[in-house]
Amino acid sequence: MVELPTPAKWALRLIAVAYVFLLVGWPMITLVQNAFADGLASFQAAFSDPDVVHAMIVTIEISLWAVAINTVFGVGMALLLVRYEFPGKRALSALIDLPMSVSPVVIGLALLLVYNGRTGWFGPTLEAHGIQVIFNSPGMIMATCFVALPLVVREVVPVLTEIGDDQEQAATSLGANAFQTLRRITLPAIKWAVVYGVVLTLARSLGEFGALKIVSGNLTGQTQTAPLVVEQKYNNFAQGEAYAVSFILVLISVLCIVVVSLLRPKESSS
Amino acid sequence: MTTAVLGQDTRPVGRGRPGVHSTLTRGSALGLGVAMIWFSLLVLIPLAAIVVTAGKDGWQGYVDTLKNPQTWAAIRLTVEQSFLVTVLNVVMGTLIAWVLVRDKFWGRGLLDVLIDIPFAMPTIVAGLVLLGLYGPNSPLGINVSNQKASVTLALAFVTLPFIVRTVQPVLAELDTDVEEAAASLGAGKLTILRRLVLPSLVPAIAAGAALSFARAISEYGSLVLLSGMLPYKTEVVSVRVLSFIEGGDQTSAAALATIMLFVALFVIVALDIIQRRVARRG
Amino acid sequence: MSKRIRFAALAVAATTIPAVLSGCAASGGSSSNSDSVSVVGFSVLKTANEPVIADFQKTDAGKGVKFTTSYGASGDQSRAVAGGLPADEVHLSLEPDVASLVSAGLVDPSWNQTPTKGILTDSEVVFLVRKGNPLGIKTWDDLAKPGVKIITPNPASSGSAKWNILAAWAHVSGQGGTDAQAKEFVTKILKNTIALPGSGSDALASFVAGNGDVLLAYENDSIAARAAGDAVDYILPDDTLLIQNPAALTKDASAPAADFLKFQLSTAGQTDYAKAGFRPVIQGINVQVPGANDPSNPFPAVKKQYTIDKTFGGWEKANSEFFDDKTGIITKIISGLNVGS
Repeated sequence: MVELPTPAKWALRLIAVAYVFLLVGWPMITLVQNAFADGLASFQAAFSDPDVVHAMIVTIEISLWAVAINTVFGVGMALLLVRYEFPGKRALSALIDLPMSVSPVVIGLALLLVYNGRTGWFGPTLEAHGIQVIFNSPGMIMATCFVALPLVVREVVPVLTEIGDDQEQAATSLGANAFQTLRRITLPAIKWAVVYGVVLTLARSLGEFGALKIVSGNLTGQTQTAPLVVEQKYNNFAQGEAYAVSFILVLISVLCIVVVSLLRPKESSS
Repeated sequence: MTTAVLGQDTRPVGRGRPGVHSTLTRGSALGLGVAMIWFSLLVLIPLAAIVVTAGKDGWQGYVDTLKNPQTWAAIRLTVEQSFLVTVLNVVMGTLIAWVLVRDKFWGRGLLDVLIDIPFAMPTIVAGLVLLGLYGPNSPLGINVSNQKASVTLALAFVTLPFIVRTVQPVLAELDTDVEEAAASLGAGKLTILRRLVLPSLVPAIAAGAALSFARAISEYGSLVLLSGMLPYKTEVVSVRVLSFIEGGDQTSAAALATIMLFVALFVIVALDIIQRRVARRG
Repeated sequence: MSKRIRFAALAVAATTIPAVLSGCAASGGSSSNSDSVSVVGFSVLKTANEPVIADFQKTDAGKGVKFTTSYGASGDQSRAVAGGLPADEVHLSLEPDVASLVSAGLVDPSWNQTPTKGILTDSEVVFLVRKGNPLGIKTWDDLAKPGVKIITPNPASSGSAKWNILAAWAHVSGQGGTDAQAKEFVTKILKNTIALPGSGSDALASFVAGNGDVLLAYENDSIAARAAGDAVDYILPDDTLLIQNPAALTKDASAPAADFLKFQLSTAGQTDYAKAGFRPVIQGINVQVPGANDPSNPFPAVKKQYTIDKTFGGWEKANSEFFDDKTGIITKIISGLNVGS
């Protein structure tokens, strides 16, 4: 492995740390300061509000669903895109990134146009069969999946491309069937890419605001999510509580990364 | 059950449509089918609804939307800033990923943990915090509020994780033996980096760059407070879309949204082509 | 290898979809349920409505009535209800947001044929300034002076931001000025504007963070901000526009909803709203309002009061004349102007 000369190493470290500190670290410190400005009072006030607790639960539930769906879709799609050929593959690959480029307002509008129960394309039919999408969990899960769709795919594809399929071919020629190849060769090789994809998707799902604002209807104590509760608290002059809830959201995502880092085998540098 | 096809399609690129023949098996075709159904229900059909809504005024609707000077200024600002931030991310993202994977120093773990925070922080709080730090009451004396630089700052914030996290796993999987071999054959460090390491990272960088650009053009929440949304100065496309919706003009909103979809598609495809040209197969 | 994926995908789909659809159904209060009321309101109402709902539930008519609430920007809420958000009562920032529900067939056209013309709470357009009013801002003309930095929410992206701009216009037109003079005045105001945040709350956040000298705000928000301890003061100018927030029942509203609306319009309800900073729409409300300039005289009469109906001929006319996407007077001023330069 190429070793950079020490001054270069230090320069890179400094630049990386300074950049991340100014952009994220310092705002994070500010968030912590604001959340703990009254000691634990803001946290107590926030979490003794049943609406806040419910919102956190809704957020976590929705996020877990979105992570699960996106991971299955992401890994499957990545395998299809890298290991197979089929007509329209390049087009599909380009389209997968597209959801990330759609403004949250437009996502809400798009889902509403199709699934709303009054004038939507599919909405009235679905609701007639008892399936309410908009202003209900399915719509919220869909909106969350939408905003995080490419994340797992884009983590896994480069790794799959990089590692090549030599090992898989070798395994097959030695008699392994598809299941075994997948389980013992492919999945372990993309494990960390999947893990990063999952962590990113979880973080993105926890923080999603704009599209959920429209699709959830923001029903207090029912479909209201944590980021929506944060905005509501802020708009109603309960800043401390808004910061407290935000801190918890960020903390969950941070804990995931910490767990991942701890689980990572220590890389041996040469 | 078929094995994976050997590398890329070996027909020369550009001759006819490469990959037209399908190597899907029954199982994978079914998997593709299920994935496509989900993708359609989730993305394709709702986006089609937008395009259809936009089409209500026909081509004239699109032209009128683009001709509006305020809207055009917003499009220019958004694309320009998103492009700028993506370039910034390509450099900084790769650098940070390198430092995280190839370097060991006290505090590296902390650095790693901070990267995903922009995703998890609700955008309104991100906006508030950025406003407090880089607005009129900035402790560092850096006030970018209500100026173009505020757009760059907010976009850099929300897109930080992309390239870092796409490059990290690839960098970690890189086969260092090749680098050792090249070094033992007398290649200088810069040469190794330039000709071995970077090309292997290009697909990951391109993937992250596409995501970064896409996210940047759609950002709204964290921009709102810091930028002041001044027409012609700091007003981004999302604000124009919102204004059209608020004004009851769904058609123009959809038209603008469709235009941005095509901008994003163009950049995504362009990045894909670039990375195919540059990337070296291992 | 992909067999596994197909399997997994189908298995996940088979278990996920029914579970999600049936298990987590969190549908809003069905409006045909006879002992629940679903209220859809604009964002600052969250705090204001809490005591109102609680007090209503203490009355005979309100005993045992369950409430579902949703608060957000007025325009968003209006569109949500039009898109199927269940609602028995809508309480929005301005009349056009209710009118669009009438067009959508969800609210009866006779909703505003009531003694208060459908209005439930009032407020005024005021100037929010730094504590102590260092620049000594008193009148609308003070705002047009060169060098004064104004913040006002963007009327294009926020319905309730329209009140502020119309108030500026009314300052001239309501005192006999011509359209040209009014246009000149509003242009001066917008030239002094350094930020056009998306909503009243964002504008307040931007102001509190140190941007600008004066914020065009609503009296109720200003009172609430002072009550919450923000270092701000508000000036009620001698002439300003009356802000009127309408409330309407939807066509298939539950029976308790009608009782609730009656309660909100009663002395008890209006007293609660007054304590939250809203001007009552009925007579005889006398209450201490924390955060007001003078808590024992919280709502002094405005010497020259403009209203949308008197000064502008109604919202429908005002909306299309001033804020139409393409031909609105204000739209054109903002579009043709380098705001904040």
